Amino acid sequence: MDNALMNTLLLIAPIAGPLLAAAFYALAGWRRSTAHAGTAAAAAILASGILLAVRVTRTGPLDALGGWLHADALAAFLLLVIGAVATLACAASPGYLAAEHATGAAASRRRYGILVACLLAAMCLGALAGNLGLAWIAIEATTIVTAFLVGHHHTRAAVEAAWKYTVICSVGIALALLGIVVLYDAARHAGLSEATALTPRVLTAHAHALDPAVTRMATAFMILGFGAKAGLAPLHAWLPDAHSQAPAPVSALMSGVLLAVAFTQILRVKQIADAALGPMFARTLLLVLGLATLALAALLLIAQRDYKRMLAYSSMEHMGLITVAAAIGTRLALAAMLLHIAGHGLAKTVAFTASGHLLHAEHTTRIDRIKALANRRPALAAILVAAILALLGLPPFSLFASELGIARAGFAAHLGAPVAAAFLLALLAFAALARHTAAMLLGGDEPSAPGGRADTAVGAARLSLTARTPLITGLVAVAALGITAWPINTLLNLAAAGGH
Amino acid sequence: MSADAQLLDLAAGLFLLAAVAILWRRDIRAQTTWLAAQGAALAAIAVILGADQAHPELYVVAAGVGLLRAVVLPALVRRAVEARAEDRESAPLINVGASLLAAAALVLLAYTVAQPLVRLEATTAARALPVGLAVVLIGLLVLVTRRKALSQIVGFLLLDNGITAVAFLAAAGVPLLVEFGVSFDLLLAVLVLRVLAARMRAVFGGSDLDEMRELHD
Repeated sequence: MDNALMNTLLLIAPIAGPLLAAAFYALAGWRRSTAHAGTAAAAAILASGILLAVRVTRTGPLDALGGWLHADALAAFLLLVIGAVATLACAASPGYLAAEHATGAAASRRRYGILVACLLAAMCLGALAGNLGLAWIAIEATTIVTAFLVGHHHTRAAVEAAWKYTVICSVGIALALLGIVVLYDAARHAGLSEATALTPRVLTAHAHALDPAVTRMATAFMILGFGAKAGLAPLHAWLPDAHSQAPAPVSALMSGVLLAVAFTQILRVKQIADAALGPMFARTLLLVLGLATLALAALLLIAQRDYKRMLAYSSMEHMGLITVAAAIGTRLALAAMLLHIAGHGLAKTVAFTASGHLLHAEHTTRIDRIKALANRRPALAAILVAAILALLGLPPFSLFASELGIARAGFAAHLGAPVAAAFLLALLAFAALARHTAAMLLGGDEPSAPGGRADTAVGAARLSLTARTPLITGLVAVAALGITAWPINTLLNLAAAGGH
Repeated sequence: MSADAQLLDLAAGLFLLAAVAILWRRDIRAQTTWLAAQGAALAAIAVILGADQAHPELYVVAAGVGLLRAVVLPALVRRAVEARAEDRESAPLINVGASLLAAAALVLLAYTVAQPLVRLEATTAARALPVGLAVVLIGLLVLVTRRKALSQIVGFLLLDNGITAVAFLAAAGVPLLVEFGVSFDLLLAVLVLRVLAARMRAVFGGSDLDEMRELHD
């Protein structure tokens, strides 16, 4: 087949595939036979991610539609993570929806199918956008489609979470738009044409001609704005609410990849800022945001009483660490950061999906109402513990390797003090997460406790094979990545080197 | 000063005045009228710049901006207000006098912060640019100090009008396709917020944001 046509198809497939799935749900509704259309679309994303990764490592970046879509190593890597996490989350969705007893279930499930597929399309567009304006449109679109997913349960808490989520994220992302507009102004005055003035690689190449004061302003707005969507302080307040109220597979998608897609835009902005202003400006800003996010997450984890919120704050902790790694900005730091994004995405997907099963089995999200899980539901407990151990960064899981890499890179770049502070805060979060998880697993097993022995015989106690498969697959993938990252090593290095 | 430059200053002045008026009026219906006026001023800015720079594409953008921001969006908010009488008050946390004082301070701040942008080019449009930034800041003020769901939507729209004004005054607008995408996202976001505000009424019995205290640590 013609090479240019093949490239165009490869770049369009991850966006068109989920849109087709959304149209399919709109027409056919959500039934047992159609429930896995979303999984198929997610698998298509994964497949095109693999094909793109192979092409990009062999022949360099690809363009389509006149440069509006662009796949470099970073985009291909992100697509792989989106595909992997989405496949797991979509495979777990039918089980999750079957277990919840909602009124008006058919309509609500159909809407769920449509919106999740649209979310996948918007995230892929955000990853592949070759233009900051288009990337912004995609990220704002993710907010719009997930608003009703967060509010899926129609309870007071869900409506409150959906409102906060939409308002804070829309306002945050509006700041990023202001930054984009200001940067566009600087680029036009540097002599770039209308068509290329928002293209990151062209901006990086012409960075020396950008007005430094205006570029500083633009960078600050864009990092703060996209940071809101990536769960970074100070515009993070929506995250624990939204991630705890959304249906578990949606929480997995939002926590596992949506944060990373938003964060990637920060990486692209940083590349432009570094070329125009030197590395110090973006580095200082990112270090401050990253450490503030880590500190907030660690403090709020300590007194946490709700296990879904606990997982949400753990996402903030990991995003803080990822931000610190981006601030270090060396090749080793960025490679470790990307591996961390992949490991966190997969492990958090398993953790959130398992928390969904836990909620359906125990009918509570309170940590202190759940006791002796290890005795009563050994399979679920084992999976949850494995996922939490992965999130804590213990071997053999890949987060161990990536955290080690981030620490080494930080000391090598003479940023010992901030990196040491970051890992101290991470250690605090580690202790809190471990203590809360241990409390749910062990603890007194009083028969009178709600959800105690009385209903262990109920079917919900057992994890079916279809529920178990995506969870175990995810855990095996994180462990495999931890033992050897060879399949994606070249891609990681290429992406970390900033090859456009 | 040419006639075009005077017209541009007039439109930018009206644009800022509308934002201040929204702070001053407590009735959300009156605020939507001012929102429509601001949208019209924004469209006028685009038309004047289009005539000035012989840039016919801007007329198309102006028509789109006028339709969306002077007609559709204010009408959407207005219809939501009229559905329930008790939502008409915007319930500010600080009184009107303090709001106006804060707005004056924000305008000064906007002029200071926008200096690098103004220095980039010595045109009338660039000199009027801080007005856009001032409206962004006033929008944030409305978002922070008004405790009704619908007045937060008004604040969000102010913020967005301000950004669009910065885009026009700085670089005669972003590329057409981006402008179109941004407008479409904005329309959808407002529709989503309207549905959520209606749902909030259904489950909380009002749209007062202080009622929302289910979620905390």
